[in-house]
Amino acid sequence: MTITSPSSASSPTDVDGPYLQVEDLTVTFPTQDGPVQAVKGLSYSVELGKTLGIVGESGSGKSVSSMAVMGLHDAKSSEISGSIRLGGTEIVGLSESRMRKLRGNAMAMIFQDALAALHPFYRVGDQLAEAYAMHHPKASKRDGRRKAIEMLDRVGIPQPDRRVDDFAHQFSGGMRQRVMIAMGLINDPSLLIADEPTTALDVTVQAQILDLLQDLQREFNSAVIIITHDLGVIAEMADDVLVMYAGRCVEFGTTKEILTRPEMPYSWGLLSSIPEVGASTDARLIPIPGNPPSLLRPPSGCSFHPRCSHRDKVPGDLCFTELPELTPASNRAGHLKRCHLPNPEEIYLTEVLPEIAPDLAEETR
Amino acid sequence: MFAYVVKRLLSGVVVLFLISMSVFLLFWYGPSEPAQTICDRDTSNRCTPARLEVFRENLGFNNPWYEEYGTFMKGVVAGREIQFGSTKVFECPAPCLGYSYRTKAPVFEEMKDRMPATFSVAIGGAFLYLTLGIPIGVAAARRRGTVTDKALVSSFLVISSIPYYLFALLTWLFLTISWEIPLFSETGYFPITENPAKWFSGMALAWFALGAFGCTTYTRYSRGSMVEVLNEDYIRTAKAKGLRDNTVVYKHALRSALVPVITIFGIEFGTLLAGTIFTERIFNIDGIGLWALQAVNQRDLPVVAATALFGAAVLIISNIVVDVIYSVLDPRVRLS
Repeated sequence: MTITSPSSASSPTDVDGPYLQVEDLTVTFPTQDGPVQAVKGLSYSVELGKTLGIVGESGSGKSVSSMAVMGLHDAKSSEISGSIRLGGTEIVGLSESRMRKLRGNAMAMIFQDALAALHPFYRVGDQLAEAYAMHHPKASKRDGRRKAIEMLDRVGIPQPDRRVDDFAHQFSGGMRQRVMIAMGLINDPSLLIADEPTTALDVTVQAQILDLLQDLQREFNSAVIIITHDLGVIAEMADDVLVMYAGRCVEFGTTKEILTRPEMPYSWGLLSSIPEVGASTDARLIPIPGNPPSLLRPPSGCSFHPRCSHRDKVPGDLCFTELPELTPASNRAGHLKRCHLPNPEEIYLTEVLPEIAPDLAEETR
Repeated sequence: MFAYVVKRLLSGVVVLFLISMSVFLLFWYGPSEPAQTICDRDTSNRCTPARLEVFRENLGFNNPWYEEYGTFMKGVVAGREIQFGSTKVFECPAPCLGYSYRTKAPVFEEMKDRMPATFSVAIGGAFLYLTLGIPIGVAAARRRGTVTDKALVSSFLVISSIPYYLFALLTWLFLTISWEIPLFSETGYFPITENPAKWFSGMALAWFALGAFGCTTYTRYSRGSMVEVLNEDYIRTAKAKGLRDNTVVYKHALRSALVPVITIFGIEFGTLLAGTIFTERIFNIDGIGLWALQAVNQRDLPVVAATALFGAAVLIISNIVVDVIYSVLDPRVRLS
């Protein structure tokens, strides 16, 4: 078996439409102080070969929603409602044993800090082979090892036949993340979730890892979800972007749309807070004031209103009293936003853009 | 690894040497007068000053301490001769730890005779409390926060807050005296080579007491350690691979969770081997602990010194074993 031919176990059965379809997903954690809704009514879909970027601050529900897709939440301490369809199979409420057959096989996850996410006591080769053997019960030990070496080679680890016997702590940060990716891809998953795969790495290594992920995606034709708070990563990787705030989707659209014509003040805030190396000295770095809201007692109305500098432009006290619906943005298909502002496009062009990128604002005018 | 063990053993010998010297000095400058004691005993409390002087001379109390320490160390290495207030000369072959003042037998021989009893108690007890404590701890950790977990933790806390000697006495009172359970009817040490069944039933109650009491501690240690490890990122990774719950817990989590448990076990097992005074006293097992207790009561200095040295040696060895186990469990630990 070569890596390029997806194994029958993980290839999707004939399904029309997106490979992953999440609808109205809500994840609740009961705590002593009351239920915490970490994800509320989230819907999105990812097609094979496409990449969805999920952005948001810590605690916005990015990771929690993806862990729900992987079925990694403890059933005893979480409640999941809504629908998650993977290759046509509903996985919310699926039995643990059937879920286990999908996990690491049809869908896999790459974690943030590879040093912590790899077992310190087992050789990386054994950890890779274990993932392979789990979903290939007939494979021998030697098959597993061969596959592990093959994958290490594929993700660009030099001398894979020697490094296969090393431990995680003997690799550099970038190499460790490659091992993590190799482990995620060892069973040719159709869905790959990368949870901040480059956060712990330095910039040059980040670029290498992102390139690698793109190469592999092209080769495996898998659906990819990339979770990040780095819009640079989004710009490089994602086809579509989902902006999350306080457990909800607040804006959704193609990457180009979201990065050039965002219509939700929180997305503006994210864009404003990126430092740019070549930026003119007039450009200001504007942080989003305040802190992410408590999910235990979320703000009334729009969750973002306590931190929103544009709330006065909304007539009445709509922002305080009523949760905005996720509605189509001004004029483009597929672009959704959750905001009461009547004329966001205009505000962005006249007020926000001149502040964060004066030269760009000139051009558009 | 081999070089490391040799190095540790050599430094252990240095530690033993220092301990032997401090024990020796304690006796030399200590408050009790061994010659007086031994003279009283030998003469049925009709010790004359002249007789006392003979004992002093024989036991070397008239010489400076370093000279006598030299004689003692020479005895350990090459053996020596010992006199007890009479013209009779006792031959004490190497390794000579002196003669017991009380029984007039070589201390080392007496110690050798008592070791099997202590080792039987310690190894059997430790085996029981590990095989009970760790699995119960793991089970509680997997069910953390549930009623089962809380019931286990609190009931074990109650048991471990009873003083051990009381707990051991109670097991004996109930199991042997009140309920007359046949297995526990006759406690004590019977050589395993002569009658294995009798050896087993003689030890059973001691093992039970040690095991039941010790496992509460190990349950708490392994539960705490396991709860911590189950929150590690690599456990989430293991689950994300699609591994079975049992594989995740016993292969991935337990190996890490054992590291702190082993540390505590190493120290405790050393103490256990050095003599479990309460256990041996209550269950009438003639081991090192009981022997040490008697020696202290009777001011049998050579025996007290020997048990102190034995305890130190056992602790040193079990620490080396723990370090070696570490390096087997955790590849990041390099022995050098």
